[in-house]
Amino acid sequence: MKNTENILEMKGITKSFPGVKALEDVNITVQKGEIHALVGENGAGKSTLMKVLSGVHPYGTYNGDIYFNKKPGEFKNINDSENVGIVIIHQELALIPELSVAENIFLGNEQASKGIISWNKTITYTKDLLQKVGLDIPPLEKIKNIGVGRQQLVEIAKAISKEVKLLILDEPTAALNEEDSENLLNLLLEFKNQGITCILISHKLKEVLKVSDSLTVLRDGRTVETLSLKGEAITENQIIKAMVGRDLTNIFPDRTTDIGGRTFEIRNWNVYHPQQSERKVLDNINLHVNEGEIVGIAGLMGAGRTELAMSLFGKSYGKKISGELYLNGKPITVQNVSDAIEHKVAYVSESRKEYGLILIDSVRHNLTLSNLKQVSKNNIIKDYLEIKAAEDLKKQMNIKASSIDQPVVHLSGGNQQKVVLGKWLFTHPEVLILDEPTRGIDVGAKFEIYKIINELAEKGKSIIMISSELPELLGVCDRIYALSNGRVTGEVAKEKADQEVLMEYMTAAYGR
Amino acid sequence: MDTMRVIFYKNIRRYGMIIALIGIMLFFQILTAGTLLTPLNITNIIMQNSYIIVLAIGMMLIIITGNIDLSVGSVAAFVGALSAIMMISYDLPVLVSVFMCLFLGAVIGAWQGFWVAYVNIPSFIVTLAGMLLFRGLTLVVLDGQTISSYPAGFKSISTGFIPDITPDNPLNVLTLIAGAACSLIYVMYEWKGRKDQIKYGVQTSTFPLFLAKLVLMAAVILTLTYILASYAGIPFILIILFALIIGYTFIMNNTITGRHIYTVGGNEPAARLSGVKTKKMTFWVFVNMGILAALCGLVFSARLNAATPTAGNLFELDAIAAAFIGGASMKGGVGTVFGAVIGALVMGVLNNGMSLMGIGTDWQQAIKGLVLLAAVAFDIISKNKGS
Repeated sequence: MKNTENILEMKGITKSFPGVKALEDVNITVQKGEIHALVGENGAGKSTLMKVLSGVHPYGTYNGDIYFNKKPGEFKNINDSENVGIVIIHQELALIPELSVAENIFLGNEQASKGIISWNKTITYTKDLLQKVGLDIPPLEKIKNIGVGRQQLVEIAKAISKEVKLLILDEPTAALNEEDSENLLNLLLEFKNQGITCILISHKLKEVLKVSDSLTVLRDGRTVETLSLKGEAITENQIIKAMVGRDLTNIFPDRTTDIGGRTFEIRNWNVYHPQQSERKVLDNINLHVNEGEIVGIAGLMGAGRTELAMSLFGKSYGKKISGELYLNGKPITVQNVSDAIEHKVAYVSESRKEYGLILIDSVRHNLTLSNLKQVSKNNIIKDYLEIKAAEDLKKQMNIKASSIDQPVVHLSGGNQQKVVLGKWLFTHPEVLILDEPTRGIDVGAKFEIYKIINELAEKGKSIIMISSELPELLGVCDRIYALSNGRVTGEVAKEKADQEVLMEYMTAAYGR
Repeated sequence: MDTMRVIFYKNIRRYGMIIALIGIMLFFQILTAGTLLTPLNITNIIMQNSYIIVLAIGMMLIIITGNIDLSVGSVAAFVGALSAIMMISYDLPVLVSVFMCLFLGAVIGAWQGFWVAYVNIPSFIVTLAGMLLFRGLTLVVLDGQTISSYPAGFKSISTGFIPDITPDNPLNVLTLIAGAACSLIYVMYEWKGRKDQIKYGVQTSTFPLFLAKLVLMAAVILTLTYILASYAGIPFILIILFALIIGYTFIMNNTITGRHIYTVGGNEPAARLSGVKTKKMTFWVFVNMGILAALCGLVFSARLNAATPTAGNLFELDAIAAAFIGGASMKGGVGTVFGAVIGALVMGVLNNGMSLMGIGTDWQQAIKGLVLLAAVAFDIISKNKGS
């Protein structure tokens, strides 16, 4: 065996955000020259941990110690960590589309003397670097003209140009097809031979098992275990169990289920990308929801969950949409959001700040926005009706605000989410599509939101719930569809569903 | 203590510009030895600034939706030119011409609104093009010449006053009656509003505060009408302005349409996903601006008694400045019609006061520039402190 010197040790890392403990006593040790996988569910703390390591969360904002090459690492920003050779490649690529490959690679590290860029140097070095990552493209090609797989490689070339010792890749293959993923993984193995250490964050356990030497599992901001993959036979299931094994009692309130007839149905739903007109985002989707039922939609990032919801809701996403919608057995046409509201369909969007709320406006104005008709006569809004409606909703949803006239921007995430939910309840919907209804809110607020969802189902509303958190889907839903790459790859009843089954469906047919 | 500070900053933001306007008026009143607030001069200020106020109201709506309109000065000039051709060259009846001009304004607004709302071209570009286009067309239809002498009926839009029913009395009695009626209607309206609030259990301000506000506002109305009555009475244009201010304030505060306009600027995607027809709203706000720009062109031509190729030069900047002084935000979503009017008056009083003092237009422009910057800086700084 090669020498087993540790390149990185993180000890007892604890990091808190207001109201949430993102990391608690996390320990991770990475040996020199290995590929170390970091796995865990969404929200387990992987990205936060890497942000601590790379100085995005500066030294002093967390507790615990970092040792890099035996020396304490006290990184105050990304430059500090890059200077010692730690480079992180984020899930959302940090390339500038309008600049060339060469300019992007040397961005912030321009090959210049006395402030004047030497293009000869830049281009020559770029060619070298591109060769190292196996890319055959002209150095002056603009980033926007090359595919996302190649962009990923450009990011890696950029990392090597900084004389990287520890390369961190956050979900590098999430947006890649099978062939590009394969290339990338082979490249990582080649780097390993050159002595570069890698931390690989990935949801795709097959890949992880294929290339990694060891593996650390995070769950709920804690280290669960570190496994060595050398020589030992470890299966995907073992890892999944370590990732998700948690007690689900007490987190989700009880509900009496009384499921009735079919209310909302989607048949043969196809949607194309709004800009790339030949790219199919959703492929022949068929699903339905019954009266009083909560149906979950599971899927990894990029599976098309939000795209599905938004395209259903008044064609708010996508082009060349085809397929049929049925409400209580009758076909309906929904051309825009008003049509959807008219048909008593509501959509609580994924990002409340971007798509849900008018942040500068008051609680009251936000609550009534989608159904101003009910508080007005002849287009004139009646103050007393609006105030009463807003006060009632505030009480019903238990929104904690100093008054209904407080701007929503000052509310906490959980209360903002309640305002968005309240807004849609005020349209008296029969079908509710909830897109990540508990994202970024604390446990207490989550419980309240679950309670509201349960009450709605008990009143006979049909609910479609999209979530990245599998335990949430398992705790709340009666039936769960799994989506992968724009297709429904599985449908599981509550009794038969567990995380392993869902994860299998969600990663099925990857890359097509 | 902290909450006291926040309340202080919030209120100073809300009433800051009114206080500033009063301050500026007092300042010039002293420096001009009492000339500023003479009945003649107050009448002048209203008439001189009427067309900017008309534009500022429309501009406020445009800015609330997160857009801008640079073309209004050119559109005003173009419509003014066509009005002269209709009324002077072709002798068309005044009412028919006015109606056609306003319709033309709507068509121009629809043209620009189409590009902004449905083709998604930034309003800055569309209206910059419109600024050049309509200035050019003005020169074309006027052939570079000035056309003058409108019919008397048309001129009275900008220069006429309500009739004097008692010519022997130095005061215009009808003006006084109108003033009294206005303050009475105002008091009754507020009174009913308060009763409604109490009836539906909505929080109200304390009674003494409410009473103080009523007395103060009624006093302002009565004083203004008394001053006007002691000169020539209420100008026709003031009635038009009054109707516009009341009408647009009502639309923006109390109708679904107004609420939707605010949300388009506040968060367009969220508004769209809440069922607001955002494109349609943007389109109609531009149509509205076209109509108001046409009205501005008519008022200005009537006041000048001529249509000239340079009419309306830089009006767009005055209107935009008025809106921002009056509390609009570059990002959209905030601002009030009343604020725009106050903003226009701040600029107007500055112009008038400095002219009375004999300050040249060179320095006037420079000072107006600084006032615009100071007003917006004040707004942004107090916003940061208030939150």
